[in-house]
Amino acid sequence: MSANKPYAITLDVGSSLANHTGSWRDERAVYVDRLPPCNDACPAGENVQAWLYEAEEGGEGYERAWRKLVEENPFPAVMGRVCYHPCEGACNRGQLDEAVGIHAVERFLGDEAIRQGWSLERAAEPSGKRVLIVGAGPSGLSAAYHLTRLGHAVTIHEAGPMAGGMMHFGIPRYRLPREVLDAEVRRILDLGVELVLGRKVENVVEEMEAGGFDAAFLAVGAHIGRRAYVPAGEAERILDAVTLLEDLEEGERPQLGRRVAVYGGGNTAMDVARTARRLGVRDAVVVYRRTRERMPAHDFEVAEAEEEGVLMRWLSTIKHFEDGRLVLEKMELDEDGFPQPTGETEELEADSLVLALGQEADLSLLEGVEGIEVEDGVVKVGPDMMTGHAGVFAGGDMVPAERTVTVGVGHGKQAARNIDGWLRGTPYEHPPRPELASFDMLNTWYYSDAPREHQPELEAARRTTGFEEVVGGLAPDNALFEARRCLSCGNCFSCDNCYGVCPDNAVIKLGAPGERYEIDYDYCKGCGICVEECPCGAIEMIPEKA
Amino acid sequence: MSAGQRIRYYQVGTNAVGNRLLDPEERTVQARTDRSNAITSGHRACRGCGEALGARYVLDAAMRASEGKLVAANATGCLEVFSTPFPESSWQLPWIHSVFGNAPAVASGIAAAQRAKGREDVRVIGQGGDGGTVDIGFGCLSGMFERNDDVLYVCYDNEAYMNTGVQRSGATPPAARTANTKPIGDHPGNQFGQGKDVPRIAMAHGIPYVATGTVAEPHDLERKVETAMGMRGARYLHVFVPCPLGWGSASQDTIKLARLVKETGLFPVFEAVDGEVTEVSKIRRRTPVEEYLKPQRRYAHLFGEHGHPEIVERLQAMADRNIEEYGL
Repeated sequence: MSANKPYAITLDVGSSLANHTGSWRDERAVYVDRLPPCNDACPAGENVQAWLYEAEEGGEGYERAWRKLVEENPFPAVMGRVCYHPCEGACNRGQLDEAVGIHAVERFLGDEAIRQGWSLERAAEPSGKRVLIVGAGPSGLSAAYHLTRLGHAVTIHEAGPMAGGMMHFGIPRYRLPREVLDAEVRRILDLGVELVLGRKVENVVEEMEAGGFDAAFLAVGAHIGRRAYVPAGEAERILDAVTLLEDLEEGERPQLGRRVAVYGGGNTAMDVARTARRLGVRDAVVVYRRTRERMPAHDFEVAEAEEEGVLMRWLSTIKHFEDGRLVLEKMELDEDGFPQPTGETEELEADSLVLALGQEADLSLLEGVEGIEVEDGVVKVGPDMMTGHAGVFAGGDMVPAERTVTVGVGHGKQAARNIDGWLRGTPYEHPPRPELASFDMLNTWYYSDAPREHQPELEAARRTTGFEEVVGGLAPDNALFEARRCLSCGNCFSCDNCYGVCPDNAVIKLGAPGERYEIDYDYCKGCGICVEECPCGAIEMIPEKA
Repeated sequence: MSAGQRIRYYQVGTNAVGNRLLDPEERTVQARTDRSNAITSGHRACRGCGEALGARYVLDAAMRASEGKLVAANATGCLEVFSTPFPESSWQLPWIHSVFGNAPAVASGIAAAQRAKGREDVRVIGQGGDGGTVDIGFGCLSGMFERNDDVLYVCYDNEAYMNTGVQRSGATPPAARTANTKPIGDHPGNQFGQGKDVPRIAMAHGIPYVATGTVAEPHDLERKVETAMGMRGARYLHVFVPCPLGWGSASQDTIKLARLVKETGLFPVFEAVDGEVTEVSKIRRRTPVEEYLKPQRRYAHLFGEHGHPEIVERLQAMADRNIEEYGL
């Protein structure tokens, strides 16, 4: 016993840090990054949560957000306008109040990039390989972008007079202004992608051999309007929707008359009817054999068309077209929801009829190519997007999939990664998908209440007199607000809750926001409060080994 | 909503401990890497202890407000026992324990000594659990109030004597089962109409500042500590701290229960200056009392086949009365 110690004190004063309470634990807290439902739902594989995280800071965060976004998708301004945003359908915030307006923030970032002139990053090392892309639509351009960034030399052969494909011909300019589309296409071409316009590829294998290409990606789209036989007098005007939209895009003004009937119930039918109204057609009538509920067109397209004065004839098929009169047969839905004829007819006056009954792909460039399998008018590809012919990949509307711009862009990326793997002899492996961050993993108490910001819309009167954009963009303040509505599902957003709520100081804060935290297992007792109180579900409890 | 208001949306706002979108000064002390951790790791509190957490919230905020010149006098109880098994101590501030009933008096004495030495900069905190405050230390506490001694006294209320094995205290709520309420009446819970409401008793002394808070709201709690530290004289802070062991709740539910006790109205969160309530913390999502009671085994006899819905109704009536009385 030391003589220096006070009476009755036999031990030095020690800190409780000597007592490693971590030994009490039977479960441990572990940080995880789960898959946010928005990312999971995105056909283009965008990391939505990650770019919203950057955008939440505003200011310089916008450029970081945009750079994060274009790692996956080079078309934010286009996408924010034309994508049907399955991300928002999956958004967990939808179960709380309203889904985050992801598309509106994406569009804001895309427009900001064009305004600020942000350019895409170039490739690191040239690979010395050459890839032929057939078709300069969303899928082909997306593949070109990703392949270029991966170091390959890319040449696009496009049959049409301009790049953009269905973004030009399938989407009217009141939904996608052409200067926006052109700016995003130009940015990709500026990376050094060679684009040859007006060049229809007759046989892909011959073209590859002639041009010395190491691989090819086919994305010719589906541009042939599906015909239906409508008995008609010789003088009657029957057009096909895709041709009409293409002609218009190339500066022609189709003669439609004052009354137009559009046959079909998809988005293209709506686009044609709405376009017709803008061309001065008085009566644009959509004729569809089933009901509104069963229409393949998106609700908002139908609603906007109706606001613009487009009329609808549900449960009707066209029997014949003669002397400026359409004879329609009334249908009724049977038990299975299929339309059945009733024998009852009615008449509709029309100066022209536009068929919008779907599109087919022109697969002539694959005729005679060994190994290619075609089923239901589309080309079969493997999970790696390769056709049955080695080195020939395909995507977009010419392969079996939902036909949207976003799906096409996703195919382009997927194909690019697989082509890269194929060219380098190391097959591409998709990183393992983390567990989905579902709503029940969140502690939504922490998020402030906030209703969604809505984008301004052009009034109906101005919509039918021109091709001005219908839906406006968010102002910077509103975009910031909307970005901050993100719940950051499954991914830490530096709220410090875990660091604050641990009764044992067993969470170490590693530094500034974004640098995250670590569990100090010397002291973590495994109470699980951090897991329970993590707003976004980025911590989980796992049993200790016995 | 105008654009000006829109931009003031910060995702989790001040509901979470920190928030990277807020100015660092607007985040809690608990979000700071330089917080004092007045009660540090290695303490022997049970898994998920609300009291250990509450003490760190309060003392770290008080340490910051007093620029580290703080002394704490502690009553006997869990907080004392789990933090200082000789020769280990979890305390990273000058700290003294004397006996169960005299923490307010010891704190008063330290304050008197500082006054005698002319040390206005050194501030004093007295602290204890509900047993040491509401029951055993109550005489000393009332004296400290009555003399208006320059002490902030903090009660960490977990509603029973937990350290000795969950016996009823004057802060145990009606219907809650403890180790020694089992034989009473035809159900095992605590009686209605007993116990003390010490925040109101403190207000009745007319002391400068009285406030209540919970471990679920660190922003609110820290603000109250800061306010109290900015004043002189006797001040009282009553902090609601769930006890997984004594309440039979899951260790991860500690903060959830503290949140629910406020959202049900069972525990009014307010502050009072000179004996008058000046501010109440409003309920954000009003919740029926069942949601608070059911996760706790001390209320298990109220539910299920042989449950007592009439008792649950009486507890709901208490909550409703609080909501009306305080305007929650």
